[in-house]
Amino acid sequence: MPDTNKTLLVTRKLTKIFGGLTAVNNFDLDVHRGKIFSLIGPNGAGKTTVFNVVTGIYKPEGGNVIFKDNDISGRKPHEIVSYGIARTFQNIRLFSNMTCMENIMSGQHCRATSGMWASIFRTSHQKNEEANIRTVAESRIRQVGLWEFRDELAKNIAYGSQRMIEIARALATNPTLLVLDEPSSGLNSKETEDLMEFLTGLIKEEDITILLIEHDMNVVMGISDWVVVMDEGKKIAEGHPEDIYHNPRVIEAYLGSEEPR
Amino acid sequence: MKYSKTLNYNGFFGSRHSALIIVLGIFFIYPFIASNYYIDVAFFFGIYALLGLSLNIVLGEVGLFDLGHAGFYAIGAYTTAILNTKFGIPILILIPVSAVAAALFAYIVCSPIIHLRGDYLCIVTIGMGEIVRIALINNPFDLTGGPNGVFGIDFPSLGGPFVIDSSIEYYFLIWGVVGLSIVGLIRLQNSRIGRAWNCIREDEVAAGTSGINVRFYKLLAFVIGAALAGVAGNIYASKLMCVSPESFTFWESCLMFCIVLIGGMGSIPGVIIGAGFISLFPEIFRPFAMYRMLVFGTVMILMMMFRPGGAWPRKRGGVEFTSLLTRMREKDA
Repeated sequence: MPDTNKTLLVTRKLTKIFGGLTAVNNFDLDVHRGKIFSLIGPNGAGKTTVFNVVTGIYKPEGGNVIFKDNDISGRKPHEIVSYGIARTFQNIRLFSNMTCMENIMSGQHCRATSGMWASIFRTSHQKNEEANIRTVAESRIRQVGLWEFRDELAKNIAYGSQRMIEIARALATNPTLLVLDEPSSGLNSKETEDLMEFLTGLIKEEDITILLIEHDMNVVMGISDWVVVMDEGKKIAEGHPEDIYHNPRVIEAYLGSEEPR
Repeated sequence: MKYSKTLNYNGFFGSRHSALIIVLGIFFIYPFIASNYYIDVAFFFGIYALLGLSLNIVLGEVGLFDLGHAGFYAIGAYTTAILNTKFGIPILILIPVSAVAAALFAYIVCSPIIHLRGDYLCIVTIGMGEIVRIALINNPFDLTGGPNGVFGIDFPSLGGPFVIDSSIEYYFLIWGVVGLSIVGLIRLQNSRIGRAWNCIREDEVAAGTSGINVRFYKLLAFVIGAALAGVAGNIYASKLMCVSPESFTFWESCLMFCIVLIGGMGSIPGVIIGAGFISLFPEIFRPFAMYRMLVFGTVMILMMMFRPGGAWPRKRGGVEFTSLLTRMREKDA
């Protein structure tokens, strides 16, 4: 495992139950700083549920999520963002009737403090903050190469661009951990390649760790430093991509075993 | 290319300014040429504009269905009426008091229901508005005067010799308040708070994971909206000199809802147009009073069919001066 001293996110015995279904069952995960982690598994394995618990959309029934030595289990999503975890969604969730720029600017919301009266009276603090929000958003929209679409409504741009705007919005929260839920779904092969290049570039240039769910094995094998495999709410294997590729348990989870048990 | 549309919009920047000056000029000259009756019509236009603006924060900016807004309006009006008649506190001093009373009421009542979505919230707010009205009829602690309401409210003053007692002065009072509210609301729209509100309207879950405290900003919208409605209640009470529960019925909440829908959700000029329509419509159709509601209903239906975004939908992007600057900078580069 790559450098165990630099653990960023840890989950211990994480459990999430929906009615009678245990979607995530005593799940342990260790994410290390500055790497790309992939979480894979067949449909219904509980990958997205893990993400939803980590990012605060669901409250876990048991276990802990520890991020940078803070126990963040059961916190509200907006609190978790301010700790430094940002995410995207499997089916893109942009603010469709707002411009791309406004979408990305909203990511900076949690890094600003000016309240209602400061905004009404336009204090110098508020003006500085607004200028700063705009600068960060501008650099993020340029980073994903969509500067020309800044004043377009988010719903009017192409699907692949929407995906990048969503990533830019997540990046605008100044995250240390970027959680991507199937970033390549719905993208064509060219866009997927660009995305892979973007993500590998990102962890080189900035102090960002990436945790992603992915179905596209080319992406998983191409960019991951470490792969965790889930099935039926449990971790069944983890390791370097090439080891996972040949792991019989993983192949069994995806394709079923040859002989009935 | 679509992009040219926004550029065009900024090209109108100059003419937008002159249009604004013309509109302001008309507002200033109007009371000096119109009869008292028509000044009063314009006064009620102002009241509805303020109510529309207040509901627009909740409904237009955050997208929360609030069909009980007349409740906040009533709280403001009754706070003014009771404190003025019982303790003789001047009306103008009671403006902030009414605002705070309505805001506090909104905070207390909305805190437990703020997580409700869409139609569920709508039903609860209808109930809230009705509870306020019925409570007023029941005359709690002998304060509200039951169905008759409270009589003998003063003219607005600060307690000194300056008293607002003519139609013209009322006209400038209400439109002054509307003007200040518009300035404040436009500034809020273009701040992180306004964006947070819009994000919640667009996608609550994504707003949360983008770092916006959804619950806080929804409550803030209700509180500011209620405060503005409370101010409208204050001015309304002093204008009519009496308040009674029948001024704050469900129908009143519906009218406010219509103002926002007709004008365009989240659009401040739209709300003014909507308020104008709602308050001037009965005057224009006075000769056909019998068919008034029929025409009104038809207009609403046609509106929703052919212009669902409202009369003046909010335009986005490139509206702010700063983005104009960045565009100029880009041209230089």
